Amino acid sequence: MAEPAQHLGGRSATAAPAAIELTGISKAFGPVQANKDIDLRVERGTIHGIIGENGAGKSTLMSILYGFYKPDSGTIEVNGQPLSITDSMTAIRAGIGMVFQHFKLVQNFTVLENIILGAEDGRLLRPALAKARGVLRRLAEEYQLNVDPDERIEELSVGHQQRVEILKALYRQADILILDEPTGVLTPAEADHLFRILEGLKAEGKTIILITHKLREIMEITDNVSVMRRGEMVASVRTAETSPEELAELMVGRKVLLNVEKGPASPGAPVLEVRGLKMVDDEGVERLRGIDFDIRAGEILGIAGVSGNGQTQLLELLGGYPEKGSTVSGTIHMNGEPLDVTGTRSDARTRRKRGIGHVPEDRQTEGLIMDFTAWENIAFGYHDKPEYQRGWLMDNDAIRRDAQKYMEDFDCRPRNCHLAARNFSGGNQQKLVVAREIERNPDLLLIGQPTRGVDIGAIEFIHKRIVELRDAGKAILLVSVELDEILSLSDRIAVMFDGRIMGERLPSETTTGELGLLMAGITDTDRHDPAEGIPPEHQYVETTPEERV
Amino acid sequence: MKLGSLNEALTPILVLAICVIWAMVDSGRAVQGIDSALRLMTPLLLACLAGLYSERSGVFDIGLEGKMLMAAFSAATVAYLTGSAWIGLLAGIAGSMALSLIHGLASITFRGNQLISGVAINFLASGLTVLLGIKIFQLGGRTPSLEGAARFQPIELPLAETLRGVPVIGDLYSNLLSGHSILVYIALLLVPLTWWVLNRTRFGLRLRAVGENPASVDTAGVSVTRLRHAAIAICGVLCGIAGAYLATSLSAGFVKEMTAGRGFIALAALIFAKWRPWSALFATFLFGLLEAIANQYPNLDLGFITIPSMFMNALPYILTVIILAGFVGRAIPPRAGGEPYVKER
Amino acid sequence: MDKMPKWADVILTPLISVLLAFAISALVILAIGENPWMALKTMVTGALGSSYGWGFTLYYATNFIFTGLAVMVAYHASLFNIGGEGQAAMGGLGVALVLLYLPLPHWLIALPVAMIGAAAFGAAWAFIPAWLQAKRGSHIVITTIMFNFIAAALLNYVLVNLLRPVGSMDPASARFPDATHLPKITDLAATFGMTWGEHTPVNVTFFIAVLACFLTWLLIWRTRLGYEIRVLGRSEPGALYAGISPVKITVLAMLISGGFAGLMAINNVMGESERLVLNAVEGAGFIGIAVALMGRNHPFGVFLAALLFGFLYQGGGELALWTSIPRELIIVIQALVILFTGALDNMVRMPLERMFLSMRKRGDA
Repeated sequence: MAEPAQHLGGRSATAAPAAIELTGISKAFGPVQANKDIDLRVERGTIHGIIGENGAGKSTLMSILYGFYKPDSGTIEVNGQPLSITDSMTAIRAGIGMVFQHFKLVQNFTVLENIILGAEDGRLLRPALAKARGVLRRLAEEYQLNVDPDERIEELSVGHQQRVEILKALYRQADILILDEPTGVLTPAEADHLFRILEGLKAEGKTIILITHKLREIMEITDNVSVMRRGEMVASVRTAETSPEELAELMVGRKVLLNVEKGPASPGAPVLEVRGLKMVDDEGVERLRGIDFDIRAGEILGIAGVSGNGQTQLLELLGGYPEKGSTVSGTIHMNGEPLDVTGTRSDARTRRKRGIGHVPEDRQTEGLIMDFTAWENIAFGYHDKPEYQRGWLMDNDAIRRDAQKYMEDFDCRPRNCHLAARNFSGGNQQKLVVAREIERNPDLLLIGQPTRGVDIGAIEFIHKRIVELRDAGKAILLVSVELDEILSLSDRIAVMFDGRIMGERLPSETTTGELGLLMAGITDTDRHDPAEGIPPEHQYVETTPEERV
Repeated sequence: MKLGSLNEALTPILVLAICVIWAMVDSGRAVQGIDSALRLMTPLLLACLAGLYSERSGVFDIGLEGKMLMAAFSAATVAYLTGSAWIGLLAGIAGSMALSLIHGLASITFRGNQLISGVAINFLASGLTVLLGIKIFQLGGRTPSLEGAARFQPIELPLAETLRGVPVIGDLYSNLLSGHSILVYIALLLVPLTWWVLNRTRFGLRLRAVGENPASVDTAGVSVTRLRHAAIAICGVLCGIAGAYLATSLSAGFVKEMTAGRGFIALAALIFAKWRPWSALFATFLFGLLEAIANQYPNLDLGFITIPSMFMNALPYILTVIILAGFVGRAIPPRAGGEPYVKER
Repeated sequence: MDKMPKWADVILTPLISVLLAFAISALVILAIGENPWMALKTMVTGALGSSYGWGFTLYYATNFIFTGLAVMVAYHASLFNIGGEGQAAMGGLGVALVLLYLPLPHWLIALPVAMIGAAAFGAAWAFIPAWLQAKRGSHIVITTIMFNFIAAALLNYVLVNLLRPVGSMDPASARFPDATHLPKITDLAATFGMTWGEHTPVNVTFFIAVLACFLTWLLIWRTRLGYEIRVLGRSEPGALYAGISPVKITVLAMLISGGFAGLMAINNVMGESERLVLNAVEGAGFIGIAVALMGRNHPFGVFLAALLFGFLYQGGGELALWTSIPRELIIVIQALVILFTGALDNMVRMPLERMFLSMRKRGDA
């Protein structure tokens, strides 16, 4: 493979011992090789980025460093000392702290209880709680990490929960802090605040490892960056000496064409008209606060936004399965005819009959039944179609014929419809779902996170099919947290924040900076009047956004 | 919020109301009845607390019945052979612990189905106790009757005699509270102790955490497996005491299937109590009262309706179903309950 | 890629589990000072050595097929129905009421009507837990356990206070009319001039049970409802996404499950005792759990496992008769089978997976 030499390795070998030095780390999960012979050196007092596609093995590597997984082979040195990290306790004692992508907090515990869990110093809780309260106050001042120590975790926002995770690590006097995809759940403003905290920590001499798949973050904050691809470490470079283009190429192993080739849209009549759509979940939280939009035939409407701002609820509602116990109001028209929003004909089955296809955000629990064969999954959601019935029984031969055809059309590999869905790669699983929904030729396709955890080759393929569907005169609602994907696919972009659509933009007339502001809930009109829920210290400070690659 | 605290007070109020009304309607039998309710409560309370430790750590245990049965058998057998109720108690704990170990092996170490493991343990106990009983004593599964030191005898609480004259309080103290076996008092003391352990100690904090989100404990560098095994061991000890109480205190020896569904009533009480120790005390006392009433009045004539004893016997189960249905104060089990802990992948 | 070949997962793992269970049972027999080999021989001769033995073995197996199918159908919807005992007991009540109070002139008419009664009562008893699970999220394991006890109390009440004939001390119903007598297999054999299984309770219900296995197979793998049950069992969000109502499917699956458990009463209440007695189910509802687990939740597996347990039951009775091994040994074996096939299956699977993995690695190298 033609790759740049590892700039860092040789040069710093003679300098002070590194904070972390990994040599020859390998880890397999059953037949899957998650990490292959990985070397990594992280200098003390730096912010070190680790970048790679989903499934490249970044999180596994860091979990090994934190003692969460045991490596099959390889050695770990911390501050020059060889260390056998058999469990997280060893890692914590060596001064390593980790903030996982999915927080490891006890929801019905208070912040304080979460902080001391595992670091109680003694059999009784009272002294530990008192001590933690003091330490927390100090840390809050030092790093702008304010949280109410007596609040229950379930009452906290995601951003605050993340702070608790950071505080947990600092309380254990972590010197080396690992953050796994920390910004996935944050608005750009919150992310910015987080980065300032990280810089503060770095100034205190702490070492930070930042795992991400976002090039912009790497360029913005890291000193050095390592790139992983398919379980291997392909390069380690100084951030200042590289470019987003070079990193992207390293990540995927070849030149990336992130721009989708598509002609201008020629929108026709409105297919979907949504008016005043509201949804309150069973805990009384208003998740959708009055959504209005149209999608015309032959156009792609992209919905941008940080995850957790109502996009999932919107998709599920349109798909016919709003969260249990929620109350919904508003109107939806499909091809001019009203859709039942709340009644007995508001289920997913009826939606499909009305010509709505749906590629759900979570393909592993919703889009596919992982234990079912590929052919059974091809009928999933369409299993009650008349052509699949033969009297009282199902016509499995008819389903298999369709499955074989769809898998050929979408180049699903391996081309064996008798294999269980779980035995396909992420990209091929997604192709199964997309094939199933597109081949039914829906008037409207709902598609959520179409390329999450999908390899680049499949991404291009799926993007191409979405554009083809548009060109065939169908309406498409695309929801994605990847701004790049939204910008390259959409004909119009709507930005969601806190259950509302903050504004609509044309991709040719907007920038990531402008969209970022909308994603944080700030519109042109209220720039000086921050939206509800954004404390002043959170306000987005316009940095120079990295140009898209 | 208000409604929540009212719900919490519901069981104690109900229990108190039943006692007071009973005392007013039929005072003679009420004292006797409430006294027996206290005794009938004891195995339920012990088993309920046992289940509490296990389930708060995230391990469902429908094998309480089997463990109690095993403990009752081993306690009675050893007490008979040695003539000592205390050695019997140790044997009971050992018998129950052996089954706990199997449950731990299946549901923690090998991440098997906790419910199925519980079912298996119930049958194992049910079969083994009779098999071994017949082998050892040739009495068709019974043990010989226990006498003297082989049984736990009632003990007088201090000052019981002197306080007997004091109206109400003295009455309650010397007639109701005093004069039970030591195991009754141990069971009662275990309630505040359990509360204290859960809420004031490191072990309790970790135990609650592991039942809610085991990953939080794991990433804090504490072994999930060890914690859960510890919880299950405590569960074994308490079920052991419960079984020993049944065979060497409440009755004088072991008979086939002597637990008679008490393990399941304890499980029902645990849900009724929403997995909390003080509520467990009230719930089990309520169920003990129901059993005592059914025993005292096989056909309870309320004037307008006659309640058959079968209904009183089924009442704990009916009440639990109502509670589970969430019409009166929803019972939410520990979040990680029933799920073996697998590091995500 | 799967960790091991399918045949190993479907056949090898349960086979080793069952063998382990039997090995430990042998140790238990040794521990009580008996000879396991002799015990096995006694059981085989007693249960399979004569048409008399077979008659009982098949009679028990018929019960276990029904309760096994009951557990199996619910299991495919990811519902653990421990309530087979109560549902079968209620099925018995249904049979008794139908046969005692409806004028049914011939068994050919009585049989389908009684089947409806049995299935309806069993299903009704499963309905409330099912509805509570589907609508209120009440854990079905706990509610079905509770309903077993409630059924026992209810049946006790009904038999003592309502169905007991005047003057009888026995908590049991009156005898069913002679016209509703189900033909025993031995009678059928006699019409063909053969002597087979005289004085054994196995009756035409056995054929219904075999048919039920086939129909269940069709239901689960060949019908829309079966597809939807399996989807719900694998992923509730998936079911919602596909427009399958979890409430409807949960309730339907449990109704079918309860119906099967109830149908067992055709065999033991209508076919054998010909009146309703207290505790007629005798634990068959619980054995259904072992049967379904051992049969890997496949009707053919359930059929085989039910035969095995039928053999164990009849053999166990013979043991108690001819040796000093009590019949409770069967409960121990049953417990061990449940334990090894249902809860400790990973103990067998994990080393097997490792073995297959290393074999494959060596193959690759």
